[in-house]
Amino acid sequence: MFVFIIRRLIQCVIVLLTVSLLCFILFQFAGDPVVNMAGKYATIEDIERVRSSLGLDKPFYVQYIRFIGNAAQGNFGMSYVSKMPTLELILERLPATVELAMTAMCIAFIAGVFLGVLVSLKPHSVFSRSIMALSLGGISIPTFLMGILLIMVFAVWLGVLPPFGRGETVNLGFWRSGLITVEGLKHIILPAMTLAMFQLAVLLRLTRGSMREILTEEYVVTAWAKGLPPLKVIFKHALRNALIPVITIAGLQIGEMIAFSIVTETIFQWPGMGNLLVRSIFETDNPVLVTYIMLAALIILAINLVVDILYAYLNPKIRYE
Amino acid sequence: MNMKVKPNTNLLDVKGMKIHFHSSEGVAKAVDGISFHLDRGEVLGIVGESGCGKSVTAKSIMRLIPTPPGKIAAGQIIFDGTDLLKLSIQQMRRIRGNRIAMIFQEPMTSLNPVFTIGDQISEMFILHRGLRRKQALEQAVEMLAKVQIPEPCKRSREYPHQLSGGMRQRAMIAMALACDPQILIADEPTTALDVTIQAQIIDLMLQLKEDFHTSIIMITHDLGVIAEIAQTVAVMYAGKIVEQAPAVDLFDRASHPYTQGLLKSIPKLGRRAAKGRCDLSEIPGIVPSLYRLPQGCSFYPRCEKAHAVCNSLMPDLHSVSEHHRVRCWLYADKGKRKD
Ligand SMILES: Nc1ncnc2c1ncn2[C@@H]1O[C@H](COP(=O)(O)OP(=O)(O)O)[C@@H](O)[C@H]1O
Ligand code: SF4
Ligand SMILES: [Mg+2]
Repeated sequence: MFVFIIRRLIQCVIVLLTVSLLCFILFQFAGDPVVNMAGKYATIEDIERVRSSLGLDKPFYVQYIRFIGNAAQGNFGMSYVSKMPTLELILERLPATVELAMTAMCIAFIAGVFLGVLVSLKPHSVFSRSIMALSLGGISIPTFLMGILLIMVFAVWLGVLPPFGRGETVNLGFWRSGLITVEGLKHIILPAMTLAMFQLAVLLRLTRGSMREILTEEYVVTAWAKGLPPLKVIFKHALRNALIPVITIAGLQIGEMIAFSIVTETIFQWPGMGNLLVRSIFETDNPVLVTYIMLAALIILAINLVVDILYAYLNPKIRYE
Repeated sequence: MNMKVKPNTNLLDVKGMKIHFHSSEGVAKAVDGISFHLDRGEVLGIVGESGCGKSVTAKSIMRLIPTPPGKIAAGQIIFDGTDLLKLSIQQMRRIRGNRIAMIFQEPMTSLNPVFTIGDQISEMFILHRGLRRKQALEQAVEMLAKVQIPEPCKRSREYPHQLSGGMRQRAMIAMALACDPQILIADEPTTALDVTIQAQIIDLMLQLKEDFHTSIIMITHDLGVIAEIAQTVAVMYAGKIVEQAPAVDLFDRASHPYTQGLLKSIPKLGRRAAKGRCDLSEIPGIVPSLYRLPQGCSFYPRCEKAHAVCNSLMPDLHSVSEHHRVRCWLYADKGKRKD
C-alpha cells in the first residue's frame, strides 16, 4: 500500500509538470496580453517596457523554468488585471466552487445509488421504467437548459428558491462557507441540482446495471439461503460489491463537477472559480488561467488518489496484491 | 414453527412438486411432478445430467426460485410436519440457514468476495442465535476448526480469494452447519474440485453428518459420489424422477435404461477411480430441450430399448420391488399400473 501511494505521488508530479508545460506552450499563442494592458494609446516603447517588467521578453524556456521554480513555492505570479497574486485570487473563490461541487456530488451519489438499487430490484415495474426514462433525460438535457428550467420552475413560477448568487456566507478563517446559513442553503439548492443532474443519472444507471449483475451472483443466493432479511442481503451483500465500479466513476465525477461548474456558475452567477475563469478568458489574464488549470489538475489528481485508496479498501482482492 | 419431534415420520416429504419457468419461448417444466422423502439421519442422492432440474429442486425446498421467471406451480414440501410452501416469507427466513442449510457447487463464487470468512460465518450466529459479534466470531473460528481448516483463527480473518477451492468449500460447509440444521442440501459440492479434494470433502461430510445428526440431500451428476455417501437415490431426467431405489438396489439392479447408461459410464463402482469425475456424456445423444420435450417418454430419443408405445405415452413409475420404482414401459405390469 505504501509503495503504491509513493508510486502514485511520483506519477502525480509528472502529470503536473506535463500539464504546466502544455499550458505554457498554449498561452504562447493565446493572444498578447501586453497590448491589452499597456492601453490603447501606448507607444512601442511603452509596450516593450511593460513586456520586460513582466519578464515576457525572456526566452520561452527561461520563463517556464522561472514559473516552475516559483510555483513550487506557491507563487503563481500576479493577475495582469487585478494585480493580485493569482493563487490568492483563486483560493478566495475556491470554497464556493468546492461547496457547490460537493453538495452536487452528495445529491448525485446518494440519490443515484439509492434509486439505482430500487430500480434494480424490480426492473420491469412502472416505477422503474419511469425512473429509467427520466434518467435518460438527465443524461441528454444540457446543463444550461437544466439550469434555466429549474430557475423557471422554482424561482420564477413557484418563487420558493432564489435564482442566483450565493446568499449569506460566514467566514471561518480560511474558508468562507455558505452551507451554515439558511439563506446560503437556499441558494445552493438550484445550482447544486443543476450540476448534479447529469452525474446522478449516470450513477443511477451504473448502479442499476451493477446491481442487476450482482443480484444473480451465487453469493447473493447464499446470503438468501442463510435466512438473512432482504435489507441485509441487498445493502450489505449485494450493494457492497455493486459499489466497487460505482465508486471509481463517482471519484472521476468530482473532477468533472469542478470542471462543469463553469457553466452552472455562469448561469447562477455563483461566485466561484468557474466564474473567475470565464472572466479571465475574456481579459486574456493568462497567469490566472495557468494557475486555475494547475490547481484544477492538482485537485483532480488528489481526488483520484483518494478514490484509488477507497477502491482498494472496498475490494480486498486489490488490497492484498 | 412447531418443533415437535415425530419419530416415525419423514423429516422432509416432497409431494408432486412442479416448477415452471416462463420465458419468451414458452413454459419450461424444469421440475415436473416429483416426489421423494428424506428420513432423519438419511443421505438421499439426487443424480442426473446437467439441466435435468436438480438445482431447481434443491432451491425450491429453500423457496429460493427466482420469481419471475420461476414459479412453484404445484406440490407440497412438508418439513417436520409443516408445508414450507404455505409459510410466510418471515417464517421461511427462520428456517433458511437455521433448520435447512444449503451449499453450492462453486466454492469460488458462493462466498462473498468482500467479507472475511469469519464475518460470513459469524453472521449465522448473530442472525439465528442472537449472539454478539465477538462471541459469534469465536464460534465461527470453532466451526472452522470442526471442518478441519488449519489455523482457523488466522483463516477467519482472511478473504475468500486467499483460500484454495477445497478450503473454501470447507468454509461453506462450516457456514451451512453453523446453526446445526436438520437438513443439509449439498448441490454438487465436489464437482468443481480436484479428485483428491473431492474425496476429502466427501469424507468430511460423512463424518460431520454423524457429529451433527444432519440429514443430507446430495445432488450430483457423479454416481461415484452417490455410491460413497447415499442410502437412497433418485435419478432425474428432464424434470422427472425416472428411478428411485435404495442405493444398494440401484447399483445391483439398475432398471431404467438411463440409469444403466449412467452406470456404464463409471469405470469402477463404489470408488471414484483414478480417471476422476465422470461426465455422463457417454450416453449418446443430448438432453432434450425443456421447451420441446418428446410427447412420450423423455428418454425415448436416446433409448436403446425403446419400442412403439414409448414414443406416444409417458410411462408411470412402476414398482419393481418394495422400494424400487422405475419410470419405464419395460416394467409396466398391467396389474399394478395406476393410470
Ligand atoms: N432462472 C431460470 N430461468 C429460466 N429457466 C431456468 C432458470 N433456472 C433453471 N431453469 C431451467 O431449469 C432447468 C433445470 O436447471 P437446473 O435445475 O439448474 O439443472 P441442474 O440439474 O443442472 O442443476 C434448466 O435447463 C432451465 O431450463
Ligand atoms: S419407456 Fe421406453 S423409451 Fe423410455 S426408457 Fe423405457 S424403454 Fe426407453
Ligand atoms: Mg445444478
